[in-house]
Amino acid sequence: MSGHSTFQPQNGIVKWMERRLPIIGLAHSSFVAYPVPKNLNYWWTFGGILAFCLMAQIITGIVLVMHYAPNTAIAFASVEHIMRDVNWGWMLRYLHANGASMFFIAVYIHIMRGLYYGSYKEPREVVWILGVVIFLLMMATGFMGYVLPWGQMSFWGATVITNLFSAFPIVGDPIVELLWGGFAVDNPTLNRFFSLHYLLPFMLAAIVGLHIWAFHEAGNNNPTGVEPKDAQDSVAFTPYYTIKDLYAIVLFMIFFVWMAFMVPNFLGHPDNYIPADPLVTPAHIVPEWYFLPFYAILRAVPDKLGGVLLMFGAIAVLFVLPWLDTSKVRSNTYRPLGKQFFWIFVFVCIALGYLGAKPAEGGYVIASRIATVWYFAHFLVILPVLGLIEKPKPLPNSISEAVLAKKGGSAAAAE
Amino acid sequence: MITLTKNTVCALVAACALAVSAGGAMAAGGGKHYDKQDWSFSGPLGKYDKAQLQRGFQVYKEVCASCHSLEYVAFRNLGEEGALGYSADQIKALAAEYEVEDGPDDEGEMFTRPAKPFDRFPSPYPNDNAAKSANGGALPPDLSLIAKARAGSMGPDTGIEPLTDLVRMVWHTVTAYQEYGPDYLYALLTGYEEPPEGVDVGDLNYNPKFLSGDALAMAPPLDDELVEYSDGSPMTTEQYAKDVSAFLMWAAEPKLEERKRVGLNALIFLAIFAGLLYFTKKRVWSDVDH
Repeated sequence: MSGHSTFQPQNGIVKWMERRLPIIGLAHSSFVAYPVPKNLNYWWTFGGILAFCLMAQIITGIVLVMHYAPNTAIAFASVEHIMRDVNWGWMLRYLHANGASMFFIAVYIHIMRGLYYGSYKEPREVVWILGVVIFLLMMATGFMGYVLPWGQMSFWGATVITNLFSAFPIVGDPIVELLWGGFAVDNPTLNRFFSLHYLLPFMLAAIVGLHIWAFHEAGNNNPTGVEPKDAQDSVAFTPYYTIKDLYAIVLFMIFFVWMAFMVPNFLGHPDNYIPADPLVTPAHIVPEWYFLPFYAILRAVPDKLGGVLLMFGAIAVLFVLPWLDTSKVRSNTYRPLGKQFFWIFVFVCIALGYLGAKPAEGGYVIASRIATVWYFAHFLVILPVLGLIEKPKPLPNSISEAVLAKKGGSAAAAE
Repeated sequence: MITLTKNTVCALVAACALAVSAGGAMAAGGGKHYDKQDWSFSGPLGKYDKAQLQRGFQVYKEVCASCHSLEYVAFRNLGEEGALGYSADQIKALAAEYEVEDGPDDEGEMFTRPAKPFDRFPSPYPNDNAAKSANGGALPPDLSLIAKARAGSMGPDTGIEPLTDLVRMVWHTVTAYQEYGPDYLYALLTGYEEPPEGVDVGDLNYNPKFLSGDALAMAPPLDDELVEYSDGSPMTTEQYAKDVSAFLMWAAEPKLEERKRVGLNALIFLAIFAGLLYFTKKRVWSDVDH
C-alpha cells in the first residue's frame, strides 16, 4: 500500500489482470516486498495475532448464528441447543466466547507495546487513533456479544451499562430508550444488540484495513524508535515476518486452545448459566474481565455522571496521547524515567482490573480512587512533564548499529 | 537468539497473566471458602466415572427429581459417548418409566404417553408457580446447568486476600481445575448444621456453605441409607452428595470428555507445529543480523 509497486508479473494471466486491476501487485507490495525494520521483537507479533483473532471470531460467529435464536423466549435454550445438540457446537461456542478474551488479551499487549515504544508519535498519530477506534468497536462488540446468551449476567450487565447513559442531562433518557428499544432491557434490546454484534466486526475489519494502510505509509516503528536509514536496516515482510508472525500465532493458539478446551468457563461468570430473570438481581453484577479497569474507574467516583464521564474519559484521553507526550524520544529503552513510569502504569491498569472485580466497599474504593487518579495523571501530568525534564540516553545512529551493539553486548556478557 | 527466546517467554507470560488476572478475581468472589474434592473428570485427562454417574443419576431420580427439573437433558443423552454408558434398550426402558404430555391429537386433545429416548426429562411441576406454591414460595432451580451456574472459591490460601486471588487465578489456569461447581454442590449438600446459639432461621434451614446467606429453603435432602446402591458403594450422605454432584456436572457439561480429548490432540499438533516453525524461522533469519 506504500509507494509504487515493484511487482513484475511473469505469468500471462497475472499480467492481463495487473493491466486491469493491479490487486496482486497491491498484495505483493503490502505483504511480500513491504520493507520492515529487521529488529522487531516478539511484542510486534501481536498485530498478526490480532488479525488471527478477528478472523477466528468472524468465522466461529458466522457459524454460531446459523444455530442461535435472538429472541428472549428461546435465546438461552438455543445456546444450550448449540452446546448439546449441534455437531461441534460446544467447540464453536467455547472458541468464540474464549476468543473474545484472547482478542482483548492480545489488544491490551498490543496497546502496551505501542505505549512503551512510542508508536503513537509523529508520523504515526493516525495509526494510533485508528487503533483506539478499533479498541472502542471491540468493546462495543464484546459487550453486545455477552448479552446474546441471555443469562443473568447478560441481562443485568446490559441493564447496568445501558443505564449509565441516563446520567447525561437531557439527552440521557432518550439515548437509553433508543438502546433498549423500549422502557426496559427486553426483546427489542436483544434484537438490536444481535444485529449490531453482527455488523460491528465487519466495520472493525474495515478500520483494521485503514490501520494497516496507515502504518504501511509511515512504516513500522521498531524497538529503537530510530527510523530505518538504508536498505541494511530493513528486511522484506515475506518471508522474514510472515514466518515469525506465524510462529507467534501458533504459540498464541496453544494458550488459546488450553483456555478454550481445558478451562472454557474460567473467564466467564457462573451466573450466565442461569437464564435471565428481570425480577432477580444477582448479588454482584460484574462485566466481562476486559472491562474491569474501566468499571473500577466508574465506581471510584461517588457521582454517577462524574463516574461515567471519567470512564469515557479514560479512553478519550488515548485519542490525544500523541500530543500529550512531549518527549522527542520514541522508545522507552532510551528513557530512564519514562521506562519506570511505564511499568508503574501497567501495574495501575492491572490493579484497576482487579479492583473492578471486587465489591465497591472499604479499602477497595480507596485503592480504586488512587489508581484512577494515577491513570489520568500518567497521561495528563507525567507524560507532558517527563518529556521536558528527562535526559534520555544517547540514541543509536541506525538500527544496524543498535543490533551490532546488542550483539556485542551479549557476546561480552557471555564471556 | 537468546534475547528472542526470552522475549517469547515474556510475551507468553504477560498474555497468561493478563488473561487470568481479572477473570480469576471474578471467579474468586463470594467470600466463603470451599474444599477441593477429588473428581475423576478434573484436569486435562479427566474422564467421567460411569459407575459414579449411574449412582448419581439414581440419587437424582429418587431424591432430587421430586422437586427439581432437568429440562435440557434428554433420555437419549444418558447413552451417548462420554455419558453414563447405558445401552439403547436400557434407555428405552428407562424413558418408558416416565409419562410426558404430547398432542394435540387428531381431535385436538392433549394426551399423555410413555416417554421415548428423544424426550427430555419431564418437570415435576406443570409450571414455576405450581413449583413455588408446593415449596413455600421458593422455586427449586432447574438442575441441568447448576454445576456450571455455581462456583465456590477454592485453591491455595496465602492468608493475604489479593495474593490468594492472584495465586488461585494461576492455579486454576495452570492445573486446568474448573470443578468449583461440583465442589460447591458437594459442600452444600453435606453442609447442613444445627443453627448456632442466637441464630433464628425461621422456616429455612441453616447451612453455612450456602452461597447467598446462611439459610436456604431446601431441607437437607440426603441422609445415610436413603438410596439403595446395588454396587456395594457406601450408602452415606457424603457418598450420595459426591455421586450426585458428579452426575450434575455431566448434565451441565455432557461433552466434557470429547472436549478434553479434542483439546489434547489440538495441543499436541500445535506443539509439534510450533517446534517446526521455530526451526524454519531460525533458518530463514540466519542470514540477517537482528
